[in-house]
Amino acid sequence: MMSLDSRPTTSPQQTAEVTSAAVDETSFLLTLRGEWLLESERPRVADLLTELDSIAGCERIAFDTTKLGAWDSGLVTYLVEIEREARERDIAVDHTGLPDGARRLVELAFAVPERQGARREERRQGLMSRIGNSTLEAVRAAQDWVRFVGELTLSFGRLLRGKATYERSDFFATVQEVSVEALGIVSLVGFLVGVILSFIGAVQFESFGAGIYTANLVGLGIVRELGPIMAGIIMAGRTGASFAAHIGTMKVNEEIDALQTLGIDPIDYLVMPRALALMLMMPLITLYADLMGIIGGTVVSVAILDITPVLFVEQLREAIGIGDVLGGLFMASVFGVLVALAGCQRGIECGTSAQAVGEATTSAVVTSIVAIVASCSVLNFIYTALDI
Amino acid sequence: MRSLQTHITIRDLTLAYGDFVVQSDLDFTIDRGDVFIIMGGSGCGKSSLLKVLMGLKSPTRGDVLFNGQSFWQDPEADRQAMLRKFGVLFQNGALWSSKTLAENVALPLRVYTELPPAEVRDVCSLKLALVGLAGFEDYYPSEISGGMRKRAALARAIALDPEILFFDEPSAGLDPITSRRLDDLILELRDSLGATIVIVTHELASIFAVGNNSVFLDPVTKTMLATGPPQELRDHSSNFAVRDFLQRGTATQENNV
Repeated sequence: MMSLDSRPTTSPQQTAEVTSAAVDETSFLLTLRGEWLLESERPRVADLLTELDSIAGCERIAFDTTKLGAWDSGLVTYLVEIEREARERDIAVDHTGLPDGARRLVELAFAVPERQGARREERRQGLMSRIGNSTLEAVRAAQDWVRFVGELTLSFGRLLRGKATYERSDFFATVQEVSVEALGIVSLVGFLVGVILSFIGAVQFESFGAGIYTANLVGLGIVRELGPIMAGIIMAGRTGASFAAHIGTMKVNEEIDALQTLGIDPIDYLVMPRALALMLMMPLITLYADLMGIIGGTVVSVAILDITPVLFVEQLREAIGIGDVLGGLFMASVFGVLVALAGCQRGIECGTSAQAVGEATTSAVVTSIVAIVASCSVLNFIYTALDI
Repeated sequence: MRSLQTHITIRDLTLAYGDFVVQSDLDFTIDRGDVFIIMGGSGCGKSSLLKVLMGLKSPTRGDVLFNGQSFWQDPEADRQAMLRKFGVLFQNGALWSSKTLAENVALPLRVYTELPPAEVRDVCSLKLALVGLAGFEDYYPSEISGGMRKRAALARAIALDPEILFFDEPSAGLDPITSRRLDDLILELRDSLGATIVIVTHELASIFAVGNNSVFLDPVTKTMLATGPPQELRDHSSNFAVRDFLQRGTATQENNV
């Protein structure tokens, strides 16, 4: 693979030269020689300017191009820069000596005056203003979130009163996407996490003869925390990203505007069915991930510890209470809502370019994962306080 | 016979994005049954004005009145009710890409009517046939050409027999013949539906072929320069910029007042 910058130049290094000579006290003749091509070694305008500025009273520049070889935009950019600098200094530029094509291109470049205020100035910002701007940016992002959550709440109200417009097929398509289509990856990840957890537990507990407690570690670890987190992160990567990309592309394509001109609320129509589907399906998929994790843990424990499967399962039953399972499933539902929110919010707020869709997708996944981990901590704190 | 009755009134309208004013002090009326052209050079705010008219962007100042009823100052619920009477053709069609053409046309019907599915399907087939797409019901937007997508989008726009049809650059990206057929279709729809049509365009051929009234927006002074029938503006406008635009940059200064 070759980057655009590292392309070798096709021709050997050519040189362009310019010499300047004063014709009389007020005018100045530039003689251009050699090959004035983009890839040739060209003189810099700045050098010429220092020379010009050193001569007081220069009023006119003319060109001699009788010895000029081939030329392309390399020459024209040079001439345009001279022209611009000359205008600033009130020096007249006489184009008659230039090749016909180059003269016309230079005139074309100045034919339409630059539109006032169109040029984007890149200003270097000071530290304080950068801190200020990023603070404002963060506040705006937080406001966007609050507004979005508020809109979603209103939309849920409309749904309950039967006033929301949505497609049942969107709901079921999402249900299918997060359940049947995700089973493969959930099985694999769930099983392996169970295996890993069981290895850690078996090695540690075995060393003081309490190998059977691996069942407690695997069971509680998976059911209370890792099952929901695994399912949540898989959904963030699969489904959250797909929501953001789907809705973002609809935005680019004006499809969301088309909904709005029909009086259809995009939140009701696009976000609500997806969020509901994810919220309802997450507990189910988590239950499945729990099962897979426990199977993985059992297989490893039975293999490396001197325990029968029956004993292990018996220990599991004792360790896991119904509260642990329900707590984990509730957590999964919360993660489902967060993933759907992040995915849909990033999609709806998406800009209108291909790059914006990519950014929306990335940001949806990152936001989901951060939200999952943060809310998991908060929920654990609450569970501990409530003694669940 | 057209009855000269005011349908849409644009009153003292200013539109801006943040501090950046796009157009200000717009004041004109659109009569019932008009094919009204919003024209002007690139970047003059034509599309922004259209967004205000169809409820996608709120104006900074002023109001739009449909049948004398305020669009932006009345409560949200009234605006929703007015939206039902609009049909919109977006620049790139903006068909819902995950739906077939029939489903695209069907959505407005399903939202606003209680028709049974079989009847919805019949209406969709009819609308698609009207725009020359009979038999394409089960195609997805990505499977048909750009010109067909525009026509399918038009079928969706007329699904509810709208009172007002908005067109954003209908002929952009179409070949001359397809674009001409679209113009004919627009006039045909105006006559058969009795709709008022508002078109944003800078395609001169279309402007003269279909427009019977127009407004000219200027990007420099950021306001409207003239309003009236396009032919009249081309030949007799007192404003040089307007005549120059309509004569494709060949106007002479001589009869400039």
